[in-house]
Amino acid sequence: MHSYLWFAGKRLLQLLAVIFFGVSAMFFVTYLSPIDPVEQVLGRLSARSNLSPEAIASTREALTAMFGTDQPMMTQYFNFWTRVLRGDLGASLMAFPTPAMELVMRGMPWTLGLLLTSTFITFVIGNVMGGLAGYFQNNRFFKAFGIVAMGIQPIPYYIVAFIILIIFGFLWPVLPISGGFGMDVRPALTLPFILSVLQHSLLPALSLVLVGLGGWFIGMRALVSNIVTEDYVTYAELAGVKRSTVVGGYVMRNALVPQITALAMVIGGVFSGTIITEQVFNYPGMGSLLVDAVNAGDYSTVLAVCTVSITAVATAIFIVDLLHPLLDPRVRAE
Amino acid sequence: MFSVFRDLVRYNIEFTIGLILVGIMVVFASMSFFAPMDPSLIYMAIPDQPPSAQYWFGTNSRGQELFWQLSAAFKNSLLFGITVAVLSRIISITVGLAAGYIGGWVDRVLMFVNDIFVAVPIFPILVLFYFVLRNNMDSFTMALILACFGWPFDARLIRSVALGLKHREFTRHAVFAGMSTRKVLLEEHLPYVMPIVFATFMNNMLWSIGMEVTLAVLGFTNINNPTIGTVLYWANSHSAMVVGVWWWIVIPVILIVMTFLGLFLLAVSMNEYIDPRSRLRRMGA
Repeated sequence: MHSYLWFAGKRLLQLLAVIFFGVSAMFFVTYLSPIDPVEQVLGRLSARSNLSPEAIASTREALTAMFGTDQPMMTQYFNFWTRVLRGDLGASLMAFPTPAMELVMRGMPWTLGLLLTSTFITFVIGNVMGGLAGYFQNNRFFKAFGIVAMGIQPIPYYIVAFIILIIFGFLWPVLPISGGFGMDVRPALTLPFILSVLQHSLLPALSLVLVGLGGWFIGMRALVSNIVTEDYVTYAELAGVKRSTVVGGYVMRNALVPQITALAMVIGGVFSGTIITEQVFNYPGMGSLLVDAVNAGDYSTVLAVCTVSITAVATAIFIVDLLHPLLDPRVRAE
Repeated sequence: MFSVFRDLVRYNIEFTIGLILVGIMVVFASMSFFAPMDPSLIYMAIPDQPPSAQYWFGTNSRGQELFWQLSAAFKNSLLFGITVAVLSRIISITVGLAAGYIGGWVDRVLMFVNDIFVAVPIFPILVLFYFVLRNNMDSFTMALILACFGWPFDARLIRSVALGLKHREFTRHAVFAGMSTRKVLLEEHLPYVMPIVFATFMNNMLWSIGMEVTLAVLGFTNINNPTIGTVLYWANSHSAMVVGVWWWIVIPVILIVMTFLGLFLLAVSMNEYIDPRSRLRRMGA
């Protein structure tokens, strides 16, 4: 128990370091950039209305005070952190005066819901199929499944999403290809709304699952085919232990440990996948928000999405890392 | 070197297929050096022509011949991938060998930095870089940024090999003979990690080209520079599929799948070659 706490503490320190360096890097990138948030806002304001030069000057002054861009770098850096810790990254420019954080929070349930479910489904299917393919190495069905899954895996995510869009949008239109829920339902906790949300999430989720499957499949198959040759497996088979017990309890279980570690790494990369998914399928979420914000030059929203996603991904990796020693006795003993 | 190559072609069907696919793509991409026109110019041909004897791959709605357009796009993307892979290989070899061989606090500091780079989600940061740099974001800048993020996994792999090499006889002999650390790493240990470097090179190329495609289809790169991603960006922004210019989407998709499958198969077969157990299994021993 003591060693586990030690391990958890070390991991927690690392999590904080990752967030600290990630968010700091963001500050310095934006600080050194030629873009001035004050000028950005002014540009948007004067594009919409006819401001007199005096009005522009006084607005500029007010905005400079608000963003604190006239202060020395270290003060700005410090202010930036206090605002991040309070969860306030300023008002969004494209939906002025809504706080950028509020926009992010509105998009987050969509992204998280899509991401978590599809990652979970991918993990389960990929590992079960990979494990069985590793155990029953001459089975035609698993071989065929492997070829398909491995063939899709290296293709860039965008292409797969696009092919799905072509198939279900034009050739066989049975599922909605765009939006988070139907036009005919109102967002509330009612059965029609939930069904509509599920229906709309099928294609985006399918695209994420298809792309992720191959990696898990290959990894699990390799792990299992190594474990199958171990003496204890042969022993169990000779001793007449039930087939299902050998496959599920002895082989798959042991192979799953490194796969859990890999889960942490996959979560890190999956975020970029959901941005494309949301864009292709016009799904509401943080990814669509980020794309809109970049195109609108919305400084604070871009920063807010990046901060939240860095924190979220780092935390997810942290949680998976904490689960790891609970499964692996060797790590626990260290 | 040549016999290794011959064995791979003879016993490893994946390697052969991968080699053929990548070979076709390299030939196709290098044709752009003989292109009759500048690929960034628009309205040089009749728009929206289907594939024919005159326009092999058809023309797009921007009046560009797709054959030359795609050839330039694949050249740029492959060069981009190679640049990222070479740059990040230099970092990963340096970090991996130094951390594994020197050990101690050098190892701890390097691995701490490594852990941070593994965990920082790169995509939001890339978007942020684009947001800030905008028009100054050319493909070399992007290659530099990607290279800064593409080394940590491979550095770990190289470190684990270097840890094993450290206690081998020949390392001790070299040290007792008075070889400097730099010389031990470069002349004694580097050859042992080269196979890993080749395999991760392909993986890194796949990853970086994929990243470029991802950014480009969202319009987050210099969209006037033809690459795999920007070809798709333009096709999508002209709704090529909806208006019936299917070849603008289908041909690039086929070529992209060929490239990625080829690189992937090469990487897989290299990995397998490094693992002697699977090599023996394949040769039927």
